[in-house]
Amino acid sequence: MPADSTGTADTPLTTSTGRKIRREEMVLNMGPQHPSTHGVLRLELVVDGEIVVDVIPHIGYLHRCFEKHSEAMTNYQQVIPYCDRLDYLASMNMDWAYALAGEKLLGIEVPERVEYIRVIMAELQRIASHLLALGTYGLDVGAFTPFLFMFRDREKILDLFEMTCGARLLYNYIWIGGLSHDIPPDFVTKTKEFCRYFRPNIKEFNDLLTFNEIFIKRTANIGILPADVAVSYACSGPMLRGSGVKFDLRKDDPYGIYDKFEWDVPVGTGEVGTVGDCWDRYMVRMREMEQSLNIIEQAIDRIPEGDVKSAVPRRIRPAAGDVYVRSESPRGEIGFYLVSDGTGSPYRLKARSPAFVNLSVCPEICRGYMIADIVAIVGSVDIVLGEVDR
Amino acid sequence: MGLLDRQFNNSNVIITSMENLLNWARLSSLWQMQFGLACCAIEMMAAAASNYDFDRFGVIPRATPRQSDVMIVAGTVTLKMASRIKRLYDQMSEPRYVVSMGSCSNCGGPYWEHGYHVLKGVDRVIPVDVYVPGCPPRPEALMEGIIKLQEKIRRESLVKKSA
Repeated sequence: MPADSTGTADTPLTTSTGRKIRREEMVLNMGPQHPSTHGVLRLELVVDGEIVVDVIPHIGYLHRCFEKHSEAMTNYQQVIPYCDRLDYLASMNMDWAYALAGEKLLGIEVPERVEYIRVIMAELQRIASHLLALGTYGLDVGAFTPFLFMFRDREKILDLFEMTCGARLLYNYIWIGGLSHDIPPDFVTKTKEFCRYFRPNIKEFNDLLTFNEIFIKRTANIGILPADVAVSYACSGPMLRGSGVKFDLRKDDPYGIYDKFEWDVPVGTGEVGTVGDCWDRYMVRMREMEQSLNIIEQAIDRIPEGDVKSAVPRRIRPAAGDVYVRSESPRGEIGFYLVSDGTGSPYRLKARSPAFVNLSVCPEICRGYMIADIVAIVGSVDIVLGEVDR
Repeated sequence: MGLLDRQFNNSNVIITSMENLLNWARLSSLWQMQFGLACCAIEMMAAAASNYDFDRFGVIPRATPRQSDVMIVAGTVTLKMASRIKRLYDQMSEPRYVVSMGSCSNCGGPYWEHGYHVLKGVDRVIPVDVYVPGCPPRPEALMEGIIKLQEKIRRESLVKKSA
C-alpha cells in the first residue's frame, strides 16, 4: 500500500508537542549512474520526505540512432547486427522480429527446420533474459545469492548459443529467410540435457527468493498496476500479464509455428498481495521460464531435416511497400515497421519497443511509495535501455 | 612480486621496497565502479558472476566512484553521457584507472560512421589505461584487460608515472 502521507507538502506537519513544521517538496536525482536503474536511466524524483510524489523518467543516455543506421545500411541483412544491439538481452527475439518483417515484405516462406530452430532459440533466449532480469531484481532488493545461481544457469544457455553461432551475447543468427548456421550435431542432446538440468532449478529459485519472507515484504503490494491502466498505456509482456491480462502474441497473434505447441500463458493472480504488484510481475517471469521449457521440449524432438539457408535470398530488393510485424520478446511486443522504396536498403525502419512503452507507465505506479520501493518497481518493469533509447 | 621472505628464517619479516608494497596493494584490490552503459555491461556482470568470478582478482563492484579504483567503461558512450562520465571520473580518488571495454567505448564501434550521437572513443573525455577490444568482449577478454592493468600498476613508480 502507498505509505500514509497525512496532508500534502503545502500543509504544515504538526508534531506531538504541537509544533508546526514547514514542509516542502524536494527534487532528487536518481541516475544515470545508479546501481539499481538497470543501465543509464535517469529518474527525477519529486519527494515529500521519504514519499515519492512524482517520478519523471529521463531517457536518451543510450540513444544509438538505430533508425538512422538502418537507413544508412546498403543491405537489408546488414541491419540485423543493429537489431541485436537493440535489446541486448534478447538478441534472438529481436533478430527474429526483424527477419519476420523482411520475410513478410518479400513474401518468403522459410523451411520448417528453420521455424523449429527459431522457436527453440527464441525460447532459450527468453529463459536467459528472464534469468538475468530476475537475478538482478534480487540484487535490487538486496539478495545476492540468487543472482549467482541464475547467472550459473544463464551461462549454460549461452554455451548452447556459442556452440551454434560462436557468439555469447549478440548473435546475428536469425537472418531474413533463414539462419546464419545450422545447429551443430550435438545441439539436440545438449539442449535436452539443459532442460532436464534446469527444470528442478526453478524450484530452487522459488525456495531461495520467490517465497522468501523479506522478498515478499519488499515486493508484494508495491507498484500495483491495475489492468485498465496497463491496457490504456499499451503495456505488454510480463508487465501486462502481471496485471492479470492474458495477452501473449505467441497465442493471440501466432507467428512462426507457435500454434503447434501446447503451453499456458501465466498471469498474475495476486497470490501474496494485490494483482499487478511487483511480486506478480516477478512471478509471471518465473512461470514463463517453465512454459518456455515446455515449448523447447516439444520442439526439440520434432526438428525436421532440411537446409537452413535454402530460402535466404541472394539479393534483397523488395517492391515498394510497408509492413508492420510484431512478436513477443521477453519484455513484450516488439514491432518493426519496415518501409521499402524498391531499393536494396530499408527506406525507413521504426521499432516499437516494449521496454519504452512499459517505462512510460512508471510514474503511474511509483506515486505514493517510498524511495526504496522505486528501486523495486523500476526493477520489476525490467527495462533494457538499449531498447528504450534505440 | 619478488618477495625476499625466504631469505630470512624469521617468517614474520618481509623486506620489500615501498614502491613494491604500494603497487602490490593497489593491484590486488582493484575495486571497480559498478557502472554499466550498454551491451558490454552484461558481459561485465557475467564476469563478476559465478562462472568467471572476478572476485579472485580482487575486483569487487562498488556503487560509488568515491570507493572505487578502476572505472570500466562498458558500452556505448553517447554525447549526453560523456559529460557524466567525465564527472564520475573526477569524483574518483587517485590513484584511479580506466579500462575501456568494447569497441564502442574504444572508438565508437559499429556506431562510428553514422552515429551522430555517439562519442568516438571514451579517451576523448577521460584518460584510458587499457583498451579491451570486442563487440562485446568475452569475460575472458575483460579479465585479460584487468591482468594487463595489474601489470601496468606493478611497474608504477612513486616518482614518475609509468608509461
